Amino acid sequence: MSTFAAVVLFVGVVAYAVLGGADYGAGFLDLTAGGAERGKRPRHLIDDSLAPVWEANHVWLIFCLVMLWTAFPRAFAAIMTTLYIPLGLAALGIVIRGSGFAFRKVVVRVEQQRVTGAAFAISSVITPFFLGTVAGAIASGRVPAAGYGDPIRSWLAPTALLGGVLAVLAPAFLAAVFLTGEARLRDDAHLEGWFGRRVQVVAVCTGIVAVAGIAVLRADAPRLFDELLTRGLPLVLASAACGLAALLLVRRAAPRVLQALAVTAVATIVLGWGVAQYPYLLGTHLSISEAAAPGATLWSLTVVATVALLVVVPSMALLFSLEQRGRLDTH
Amino acid sequence: MLGDNPAGTPAAPGVFPLPGGRKKVGSVSDPSAWLQLSHLLLQDPEPAQLLPARQQMAFTLGFHIILVPFGVAFTFLMLIANYRSIRRDDRTAMLLARRWSQVAAVLFAVGAVSGTVLSFELGLLWPGLMGTYGPAFGIPFAIEGLFFFLEAIFVAIYIYGWDRMRPWPHFWTGVPVVLSGVGGTLSVVAANGWMNQPAGFTLRDGRLVEVRPLQVIFNKAFGYEAVHMLLAAYMVAGFVIAGVYAVGMLRGRRNRYHRLGLLIPLTAAAVATPLQVFMGDVAAREVFQNEPAKFAAIEGLAKTGTHVPEVLGGAFVDGRVRYGVAIPWGASVLSGFKPSTRIQGLDAVPAQFRPTDRAVTMVHLAFDVMVGVGFTLLGLSAWFAYEWWRRRDVPRSRWFLRFTAVSGVLAVVALESGWVVTEVGRQPWTVVGHLLTRDAVNRSGNLWLFFGATVAIYAAVGAATIYVLRLLRRRWQDADAALGRGVEGTDVGDADGFVPYGPSRARDAGRERP
Repeated sequence: MSTFAAVVLFVGVVAYAVLGGADYGAGFLDLTAGGAERGKRPRHLIDDSLAPVWEANHVWLIFCLVMLWTAFPRAFAAIMTTLYIPLGLAALGIVIRGSGFAFRKVVVRVEQQRVTGAAFAISSVITPFFLGTVAGAIASGRVPAAGYGDPIRSWLAPTALLGGVLAVLAPAFLAAVFLTGEARLRDDAHLEGWFGRRVQVVAVCTGIVAVAGIAVLRADAPRLFDELLTRGLPLVLASAACGLAALLLVRRAAPRVLQALAVTAVATIVLGWGVAQYPYLLGTHLSISEAAAPGATLWSLTVVATVALLVVVPSMALLFSLEQRGRLDTH
Repeated sequence: MLGDNPAGTPAAPGVFPLPGGRKKVGSVSDPSAWLQLSHLLLQDPEPAQLLPARQQMAFTLGFHIILVPFGVAFTFLMLIANYRSIRRDDRTAMLLARRWSQVAAVLFAVGAVSGTVLSFELGLLWPGLMGTYGPAFGIPFAIEGLFFFLEAIFVAIYIYGWDRMRPWPHFWTGVPVVLSGVGGTLSVVAANGWMNQPAGFTLRDGRLVEVRPLQVIFNKAFGYEAVHMLLAAYMVAGFVIAGVYAVGMLRGRRNRYHRLGLLIPLTAAAVATPLQVFMGDVAAREVFQNEPAKFAAIEGLAKTGTHVPEVLGGAFVDGRVRYGVAIPWGASVLSGFKPSTRIQGLDAVPAQFRPTDRAVTMVHLAFDVMVGVGFTLLGLSAWFAYEWWRRRDVPRSRWFLRFTAVSGVLAVVALESGWVVTEVGRQPWTVVGHLLTRDAVNRSGNLWLFFGATVAIYAAVGAATIYVLRLLRRRWQDADAALGRGVEGTDVGDADGFVPYGPSRARDAGRERP
């Protein structure tokens, strides 16, 4: 039962990493798109792709938080009391990002768009970075079961920082691939090339960090490293293969195939983390079953998750399909 | 196992028994339990994080709660306008619905992110609450998450669907927004009600070993708090939006667009207000029954007794309310319908759990403000109903419009006051009878820094929100003026200005980009 709750929680983590991640990555590309004139068209595409879906994607984060504090309250309290600095900064980053994005769409003067756009784009980099350090700190076992761990060294640590950097780069890769596909669907060769180049640059950076990360994990989080190379190996390999395939086929494969490859690359590596960490929630000192809430609570969450599956998933599919259809209409 | 006992330790009952049945918190029904808790309390000096944590929670919740009515009730007003526009082929109503959806989109975005911060804060500020009570307290939030999902999805579909869906299907995509707004409110209020009248769990060795989800959700405070909050949301949204158009009419824009813009929200608010006054009365009596400590603070009543006067205004100093206006027997008659009704004073609360004088003054005044505003708005609703009944039109009196113009501000003040009553009135408890706020708070780090950063960011976001809404208004006014639009017949298609999420066509036409 507790394992099931953990799986549901982790489905939320993967969904947020992919869907929320793509939004963050788009913000990263927005930030690096250059001046007002040069970055106009890419930013326009980013706006168009993000606008209808970012709030729904963002709810996955709430889903994860709620699942965590209801199903695994001890772990939640331990994480919050230890990693309050990155989590607090991430929370504030979320406010700036969401409102900056919403405001940018209303203001018309260039300098106002610049301020709101910068707020959106900079916080799109800061927020996933801090969330990534949180993931890294948890993965490397730096959150004590009783909470109140070292507020600085828990996340200013090799694995945590690796998590932070990857949480910026991997979504940027995902977003670049997505937007390349979108540009292709709109028959915009110029934008397709623009985002295609970003795919290559970001992919190379991500690859370098990932390879360096192997050494970091080996030295800093040996258990995670071992599990990733045994139980998690198929997933790690799948992630690397999909990422590489997306990079190589960026100009050739059908947009939907390309996007599926990028999604799989990100989803499998996050999944790999989950598999490697199982059956522990925090390091090797708090297992899923130890941290779990009483059975009735887990059952309630199961009911909620089932309803979510039956209601939310089709609604989300409707939203995505309408978005796709509408986009084709206007062009 | 869950709630594992160390070997040999008998499963002790919770530190404090559940306030189940008719047992009242204010009444010292189990002195030994109080002693145990007070013992804990004395060992434990007040943590430095308590004040900033409370300030921050109050500030961020106080900010977020203003946005809630716009997600919950404003979307309903928008659908009324939308329905009217399709049913009667009313282009003015269509224009209103469309513009309202743009406003709702901006406010929904700010509400979504400020609500996310609250989720973080539950852990960052109150780990003692979440770490122990999460399995019970979290259940209503899980349900709320579901509704939030649906709301976010359908808000996007509705706003995005303006130019892409046929009118009726588009209208129907708005219905889940309103329903999930209601559902989300009910869920969050269930969590809040649970803190006031906790139920549905068994505590052993500081851990929840058993949870009864239905009892958690349908706690005794749930029903009246939920209805009270929902009606409050409809009042706030109704009066605020009506106020906006009242200002426009006062400035001479008395066309049909403005009259309808005032009529729809004011009607909703005028229907909600009498219900709310009735509901508030019910809620107050429930608090009298089940939360005597909070009720004593509301009345500013130090000593238990009968024939208690209702004191309006004043400040609680040295055990009584000074400088207030007393209505003899008022409180007793209102709570039990007869002067001999006995009301528990703060003296029934053990000294160490008694709220401070300042807190009592705050709760007392907040309650008076809330009730005062409620009756003032009831007056406005009655005025509106009377004029409508006589002339079937929006009253043209300048005084009526002035009154309506400030009614939105008043409604927000009442909303905040009511929230102060229930939250400050619960202190020093976070979970009444079980968890003191000081034991719930995070005990590491300097929370003043976090609080300072939060205030700065929220101030900027708040100012930007107002700026953006004013910008939209100016843009719409310019668009109307350019088309010579005023009284009747408006062409919706030209009115786009800009849809925050919406079709890129409108966006492309409307602006230049960086």
